[in-house]
Amino acid sequence: MSSSLLARTYANYEIKDGVAVIRINDPNSKVNTLSKPLQAEMTEILEEIWGNSAVKGAVLISSKPGSFIAGADLNMIQACKSAEEVTTLSQEGQKMFDKIEKSPIPIVAAINGSCLGGGLEFAIACQYRLATKSKKTVLGTPEVMLGLLPGAGGTQRLPKMLGIPAAFDMMLTGRNIRPDKAKKMGLVHQLVDPLGPGLKSPEEATIQYLETVAIEAAKNLANKKLSVKKEKGLVQKLQDMVMGLPFVRKQIYNMVTKKVMGQTKGLYPAPLKIIECVQTGIEKGTTAGSLAESVNFGNLAMTSESLALRGLYHGQVACKKNNFGSPARDVKNLAVLGAGLMGAGIAQVTVDKSVRTILKDTTVEGLTRGQQQVYKGLNDKTKKKAITSFQRDTTMSFLTGQLDYRGFDQADMVIEAVFEDLNVKHKVIKEVEAVIPPHCIFATNTSALPIKEIAAASKRPEKVIGMHYFSPVDKMQLLEIITTDKTSKDTTASAVAVGLKQGKIIIVVGDGPGFYTTRCLAAMLAEAVRVLQEGVGPKKLDALTKGLGFPVGGAALADEVGIDVAAHVAEDLGKALGSRFGGGNVEVLKTMVQKGYKGRKSGKGCYVYEKKSKDKKVNPGVEEILKNHKSCTDVQYRLLSRFVNESVLCLQEGILPDPVQGDIGAVFGLGFPPCLGGPFRFVDSFGADKLVQKMHRYEEVYGNQFSPCQLLLDHAKDSNKRFHK
Amino acid sequence: TIYFLSKTLAKPNVKNIVLVDGVRTPFLLSGTSYSDLMPHDLGRGALQGLLNRTGVPKEIVDHIIYGIVIQEVKTSNVAREAALGAGFSDKTPAHTVTMACISSNQAMTSAVGLIAAGQCDVVVAGGVEFMSDVPIRHSRKMRKTMLSLNKAKTLGQRLSLLGSIRMGHLMPELPAVAEFSTAESMGHSADRLAAAFGVTRVEQDEYALRSHRLAKKAQDEGLLSDIISFQVPGKNIISADNGIRPTSMEQMGKLKPAFVKPHGTVTAANSSFLTDGASAVLIMSEEKALALGYKPKAYLRDFVYVSQDPKDQLLLGPTYATPKVLEKSGLTMEDIDVFEFHEAFAGQIVANLKAMDSDWFAQNCMGRKSKVGVPPMEKFNTWGGSLSLGHPFAATGCRLVTTVAHRLQKEGGQYGVVAACAAGGQVFLPKYTYAQLARADTEYSRGATVQVFLVHSFGLFSVHVLCMKMTMCKSVQKHF
Repeated sequence: MSSSLLARTYANYEIKDGVAVIRINDPNSKVNTLSKPLQAEMTEILEEIWGNSAVKGAVLISSKPGSFIAGADLNMIQACKSAEEVTTLSQEGQKMFDKIEKSPIPIVAAINGSCLGGGLEFAIACQYRLATKSKKTVLGTPEVMLGLLPGAGGTQRLPKMLGIPAAFDMMLTGRNIRPDKAKKMGLVHQLVDPLGPGLKSPEEATIQYLETVAIEAAKNLANKKLSVKKEKGLVQKLQDMVMGLPFVRKQIYNMVTKKVMGQTKGLYPAPLKIIECVQTGIEKGTTAGSLAESVNFGNLAMTSESLALRGLYHGQVACKKNNFGSPARDVKNLAVLGAGLMGAGIAQVTVDKSVRTILKDTTVEGLTRGQQQVYKGLNDKTKKKAITSFQRDTTMSFLTGQLDYRGFDQADMVIEAVFEDLNVKHKVIKEVEAVIPPHCIFATNTSALPIKEIAAASKRPEKVIGMHYFSPVDKMQLLEIITTDKTSKDTTASAVAVGLKQGKIIIVVGDGPGFYTTRCLAAMLAEAVRVLQEGVGPKKLDALTKGLGFPVGGAALADEVGIDVAAHVAEDLGKALGSRFGGGNVEVLKTMVQKGYKGRKSGKGCYVYEKKSKDKKVNPGVEEILKNHKSCTDVQYRLLSRFVNESVLCLQEGILPDPVQGDIGAVFGLGFPPCLGGPFRFVDSFGADKLVQKMHRYEEVYGNQFSPCQLLLDHAKDSNKRFHK
Repeated sequence: TIYFLSKTLAKPNVKNIVLVDGVRTPFLLSGTSYSDLMPHDLGRGALQGLLNRTGVPKEIVDHIIYGIVIQEVKTSNVAREAALGAGFSDKTPAHTVTMACISSNQAMTSAVGLIAAGQCDVVVAGGVEFMSDVPIRHSRKMRKTMLSLNKAKTLGQRLSLLGSIRMGHLMPELPAVAEFSTAESMGHSADRLAAAFGVTRVEQDEYALRSHRLAKKAQDEGLLSDIISFQVPGKNIISADNGIRPTSMEQMGKLKPAFVKPHGTVTAANSSFLTDGASAVLIMSEEKALALGYKPKAYLRDFVYVSQDPKDQLLLGPTYATPKVLEKSGLTMEDIDVFEFHEAFAGQIVANLKAMDSDWFAQNCMGRKSKVGVPPMEKFNTWGGSLSLGHPFAATGCRLVTTVAHRLQKEGGQYGVVAACAAGGQVFLPKYTYAQLARADTEYSRGATVQVFLVHSFGLFSVHVLCMKMTMCKSVQKHF
């Protein structure tokens, strides 16, 4: 009963028992994307199926284990020159999915792996949806994170399917939805368990099982044994009734808009357009809604915000690869020195991937605190039902806490996270090298000390590397790896491999004071201190930095980093890099440290931190200090330009290998505004010439901290020069 | 063939260990005639039955080991309570073991170990499961309050504790319905396993029907001679299993899936049911048995336990363990005359058979060069199995071993293999997958050459251990 027709490249189908099984498999990629050729083949297939009276139903399934359809092909949008072109793309998608929605035979989407963006829009146009409970199965509309909106009917179908509030939540956050939740929400009709090994590998077996169940569902739908319509529960009915009131809906639109404005400061156009499309569809009908959807999609694709966010997406993908080859040895045993916030965080993300980890500290108190931090991190996941208590305990079993060097003779890598003091680091490196095997890598987690100075104490500098994690380690995605000219390629490959295993996005930069991230941040913070000295209060400063799109304000960030650390770094970098790092008076920070205002960790910094109080109060002691250090608008650009100039200088000096890693490091490590896409993307879109002009103006007022670096000047002179193509 | 028949699996320097006899109470659906009993009552019945049938002098029993899965808290050492009630000597030590559905297999292999180590010569092993009553507890919150209440000294403290009781405290806690490690129920796991091996609903129903038909036939022909009658105190005498129900494919086909809905294949009809029952066996060193004038039913030769991933391979133990034990004894599949595999679910049995027939599985999951090979069905569970006879978790192992011995005798075979996965029934679930294998081979053509042994009734060690236990109890009491 099976017949296979004309072989196609991206999709094929066979008829099994009266059901056409359409299998998608992009031969050129690990994931399926909704590309032009796929769409063309799909349209052909559907026409054939609809023209074949023997076909009673259809199943849409992917042959790839981890991906149903991961979204629309971004290159397709990238290639468009105008908003109108993109709008046309959107309309083509809309048309295709409308046809599917109106299909005379039931089409069952059998989802295993990522079903995102255009893939999800495809699935929700089908009559019935099955999803596997595999860990890889996620559903979602992440378009908003790329500065776009679901442009193939998503803004119109989702509100009808899930209700307005749930649809807004899904489209505005872009969050991934797990199968269980999707079933509860009504996004899928039926769940299928993933299988273990049987007569085939688990992946193959699961896909085949899904197909069998889906064929059954298609047959049952065709002969009316299975109905798509579900009895609505009381809550659902009630909600529908309330949503039927135009007044209530208006309230919702207003409320959501207000919330979006609060969170985005109006810097991101996409969420507002999503609200507009939903509203148009509901209030004026689907035709008007679809038109709004396609036009807005086209316009959004041309915005600098979308360009920036898409750039970050590509950059992030690029920074999740190991460009240094596979290391000679896998790191199976890792040791972390120092059970502080950083050390424990590193241990947590390592045991989480089932790597045996030793956490060593010098005191019982420190060790206990660190182990509790790891436990708490895992237990919080248990509470959120992300893992079971059993998985938590198994994961914890990979951690060994100790005060001595027992077991270090088995270590493949040691990451030290001890106090930021060169002498301490030298002492540690000598102690460790006495006990570790010859192949073991010594990584140092420092935020500013030059690695070659640390490595000076080593007998084997080729095995020494910097791994700069960001706090809190389990939440921050970035890892900055720093190599010296002596670090071997294999050492780098190994460090990158470990970082990737820990789930990090990685940039690999050259050695120098403050490397890349710390250096850029220090330049900006120096300016922030000057701004504070000028009489702009911490709250105002935070409002201004957040207004740029930074997730945390300048003053609050200094508190998070630690005023003592900031003072330390500012002084060190000032010494190493000269007056360029001037601006704010380091004495401000030093006085704060003397008074015990070390930031959040000491309870007082720029702000006063009280438990349970959400609204931070400005620390009156700091206001006093600032008065004693007395020294306009444009504050935002002063902060930004110092950050950006330092980034470009890092590229010029070869600390940074390329602009992509510069953008990724700034956004994921330091919270550089994602809507600007990173310092290099910002220069491209803002214009190097305009930036240089502004800087020259500041230079006249404030001095050489604002002197643009040569590379920036080059770009200003020649408008054809761009960091990103 | 004469040479072959006389092939012995005796090992140098290891005593030959024999199964003298085995019995069991009738296995009943839980909630039927046994429903007002307690677990040790059934255990007592099996032990008494064993005494009666074998006539073994109580004083010569060195040790009693009993298995149970769902423990009644009042009789946590159910072995001791059942043994005393059955009239065994109060000088005979007894202990309880638990290992999910292979608890009585554990009891038997522990007995083998004690004899092989020279600690004992005569050991009674068995198991009991009583699903008509299970411990349902107060919630943890309530238990905590009640325990604090014990320690409260003043009326005020007591009142404030009582006042802290909320509605939430009153929610009872049922025994776990899911595997602790994976939070997945056994039936759900069986359904996924069946799917992974492409076992269809029809195949499962057919296998379950076969089990019921063969059980019925065995029952009718009086082959289930391991059953001893059980008098429910103050009530009637029970002398037959009551779960055997050969129906038809049509009727079985009507049932909805019990675990995976709506597309699952495991139903109530193709799963083993919740059962009450107890079993017991008498195991001795060969010399001892012969000295006492017994004609043992089988040698217990070798055994293997294996464990796998509790998520995806929970019920695949038999596939892993069977080739291991065969290789250990230098036998092949073809040498085996009788197979008795525990039937947790029809889907699980068929999946195991398919796994044993799969080169892919052997190569990718077992690290073997080629497939294990499938037991021929005419040698496989021919007197019914857990699906039809019932599955009182901890009593099943002894039933399997005794059945192998009886079938070997009846069918004139030489070697038999028992395999069981530690799979629970539908509700209560064990921790890991263990498959256990006891090999029985009958080569009892030798006459009962009598040798007299000195009876070491109690080793010093046992007494010592008991004394220690007493002092421990005292010190624990003091502590409170």
